[in-house]
Amino acid sequence: MTERASSTDRDVEHHQLLAHGCQNDHFTVPGHPRCPACGEPQEKTLDLTKKTGIVKTWTRVAATPPGVREPNTLAIVEFALEVDTVSMLGGTIEQVSLGEQVRPVYIDTLRDADESVRQGANQSWGGFRFEPVSPDE
Amino acid sequence: MDVAVLGASMTPFGTREPWVRELATDAAIACLDDAGVDPSALDHLYLSNMASGEFEGQTGVMNAVAHDIGAVPAYTQRVGQTSASGGAGLYAAWQSIASGASELTLLVGAEKMTQQSTGEAGDVIASLTHPAEYAHGVTLPSFAGLTARTYLERYDAPRESLAHVAVKNHQNARRNPDAQFQKDLDIETAMSSPVVAEPLRLYDYCPLTDGSAALLFCPVSVAREYTDEFVVLSGVGGATDTHVVHERDDPTWMSAVANSGRQAFEMAGCGPADIDVAELHDMVTLLEILQLEAFGFAERGEGWRFAVNGTTALDGSLPVNPSGGLKARGHPLGATGVAQAVEIYRQLLGKVDGRQVDAERGLTCNVGGFGNCVTSAVLEVAE
Repeated sequence: MTERASSTDRDVEHHQLLAHGCQNDHFTVPGHPRCPACGEPQEKTLDLTKKTGIVKTWTRVAATPPGVREPNTLAIVEFALEVDTVSMLGGTIEQVSLGEQVRPVYIDTLRDADESVRQGANQSWGGFRFEPVSPDE
Repeated sequence: MDVAVLGASMTPFGTREPWVRELATDAAIACLDDAGVDPSALDHLYLSNMASGEFEGQTGVMNAVAHDIGAVPAYTQRVGQTSASGGAGLYAAWQSIASGASELTLLVGAEKMTQQSTGEAGDVIASLTHPAEYAHGVTLPSFAGLTARTYLERYDAPRESLAHVAVKNHQNARRNPDAQFQKDLDIETAMSSPVVAEPLRLYDYCPLTDGSAALLFCPVSVAREYTDEFVVLSGVGGATDTHVVHERDDPTWMSAVANSGRQAFEMAGCGPADIDVAELHDMVTLLEILQLEAFGFAERGEGWRFAVNGTTALDGSLPVNPSGGLKARGHPLGATGVAQAVEIYRQLLGKVDGRQVDAERGLTCNVGGFGNCVTSAVLEVAE
């Protein structure tokens, strides 16, 4: 990983799902050099790797680009933080439903970079998908 | 300096044999002919295009067009703002005239897409997304599926309401000889078409399209030296929303549409109640509804009713997408924002056969990404 790597790339390299926040407690996934809400540097992180979140919406995509699994089920999942919430997009490992509790699971290769329009070296290709949390857990 | 639109043209949209350079050249020449203007008189030439390099390995199209139509040594520039490139070109053309930098500006929008498969073209378009989104294989249609589920659930809107948008825009396209789709659509067919991104189906989405459109601009103060038939570009606006779609507080609220619309209305000295006809960015049926709400035509959560109750039909109180929209006229990315203004120009001058509406002021809205960057424009009949 080069010094120019984005926070997204670094997080993926360490198999961590991190929310990035500024001094005003605005958090985002992925991180940004400056907070989109207030412009302050994002200098702190919250580790969501072991947390669970709630499915806010989901879709199952039947027509996918080259190198992407088909069908591709995607969800936007919201994590509750101390003072706010933070959302992220990810694939799902199993069928999910609105309001369902899910947890992140690290996947080495989300899509085949060799078949994508984007250059393989442009970004990281690992990341987190979601799986439902059993009511017994 | 007030800006006039002197002439307009568009090629037929659909699956076309010519490549982007020829499509753009055809539209450019037709536009100059429409206005009766010699190409050597052009000061500026803008070429709106999203991805000709990626789609067909052709770059430098703006220079090629300037040469091919006899406009050298006019200043030329490609305008790229993903699927809002045409609207951004409209903004650039307005700036060039309003600033006094140019006294005659030609804007051409063009894209050639149908040589690629849906998956390949979808990936070119999806390359606009953030790495954290792209890694998951997102497409623009998948964002629409995610947002549609939220909208339909939250506002208890019937799934059929989306199909009504598609049916309306297909009906309008039937009356537009340049539109890609020339066949009617019924609700049952739309509702039973193959799933693309649940809960959305094939007929919720626009097709891949080849095509080009063009507009010619000058200061209002000299427009009558060319023609008595011109319209005024009275307002333009442009704004952005988050690049990462899931970071928005409410994905059903298109803030860049609202912000760009507010700018365009303010510049034109009017509001949504003063708009007689609109060309909105219905890449997917849901987006027409969300734009109706973001511009203030409809209350939040109520936009779905407009196609159902006929408000946005040709004979409704606010005709929307009389051209057929992206849904049925077609969506050659860089050409779309220009083609929207071509339709409004022709509607305002009473030059449309078969789908003419009674209008003195019209609105266009061109959306990049899934509302990531938006331009809006108000055009009106010259006094």
